[in-house]
Amino acid sequence: MYDVDNIVEIKNLTKSYGRKLALDNLNLNIKKGKVVGILGPNGSGKTTLIKILVGILRQTKGEVLINGYKPGVQTKSIVSYLPDRNFLYEWMKVEDAIEMYKDFYADFDEKKCDDLLQFMRLERDMKVNSLSKGMKEKLNLTLVLSRKAKLYILDEPIAGVDPVARDQILDAIINNYEENSSMIITTHLVRYMEKIFDEVAFISDGKIILEGNAEKLREDKFMQIDDLYKEIFG
Amino acid sequence: MKFENNLPIYVQIVDYLKSQIISGVLKEGDKLPSVREIATELKVNPNTVQRSYQELERENLVFTQRGMGTFVTEDKKVIKDLKKNLANNILNNFIEDMKAIGFSSNDIIELINERVKEEK
Repeated sequence: MYDVDNIVEIKNLTKSYGRKLALDNLNLNIKKGKVVGILGPNGSGKTTLIKILVGILRQTKGEVLINGYKPGVQTKSIVSYLPDRNFLYEWMKVEDAIEMYKDFYADFDEKKCDDLLQFMRLERDMKVNSLSKGMKEKLNLTLVLSRKAKLYILDEPIAGVDPVARDQILDAIINNYEENSSMIITTHLVRYMEKIFDEVAFISDGKIILEGNAEKLREDKFMQIDDLYKEIFG
Repeated sequence: MKFENNLPIYVQIVDYLKSQIISGVLKEGDKLPSVREIATELKVNPNTVQRSYQELERENLVFTQRGMGTFVTEDKKVIKDLKKNLANNILNNFIEDMKAIGFSSNDIIELINERVKEEK
């Protein structure tokens, strides 16, 4: 049965690439209004899981429901997704990228976008191919957060950016997080991100091996999530 | 503020705000920063800060006025009690540690007397 308090329900999800099992009978529910960290090393299945949630990949077995619907047209209109690499064309200007997003998504909020551009120190006439890696990441995130989505899915939002850009990205996520929306963030850089998670789920070899409320885990294990991560994967 | 290694984040924020109240950085009746402001400053989830505020409210150290914000209590006794509690905690820990390394109650009092004299 589908529970209305859950924005995401994942049941017995399995994905194999040929003989290799990327997701192995994975189960996970995500409550509305929460920021959830999916934590695991490279190759643990994070991005495969995300790609199934956003409808880019199809599962081999199992079920995924987002707000009660299978991933598809219906869910794409309420999910704002940040891929783990730049998704903008190199020939674009920031302006063009914004126009594209406005065209694609009815929930795009241009006012929010302008505020974020200013905060990230991006200008509308900058060209994508002249932006540094950190700036591209900031632009991608600006577009993703400018949508008034029910669910934000951010795949490795701070990987490979310098500490200053990292802090800016964290600030942008915190400032734009709204109580009635939910967020899923994957990362292996746990130390920098753990304070923004309500819940965390540790993923290893395509399975969730530990999940729970972040504060509760700190209390129970008497350590920060980063230390727990090192204990599990170190 | 710096985060410690083994405590939940909300507890650390509560302790931090308590120390600000005790030291007088936040005075009676002062408005606390908004949840969002603290969340941004400390880079933590707003829900966590919210929980810290609820905890402070439960202990009557702050009160919330709808639409206005959260304020430090105007009850001097509550703040005095908080100070006393904290002092007791420090003392208990200190005495426990001293006894663990073999000092008797009298030894401790003697040491403290000496130290206080030196400081004068």
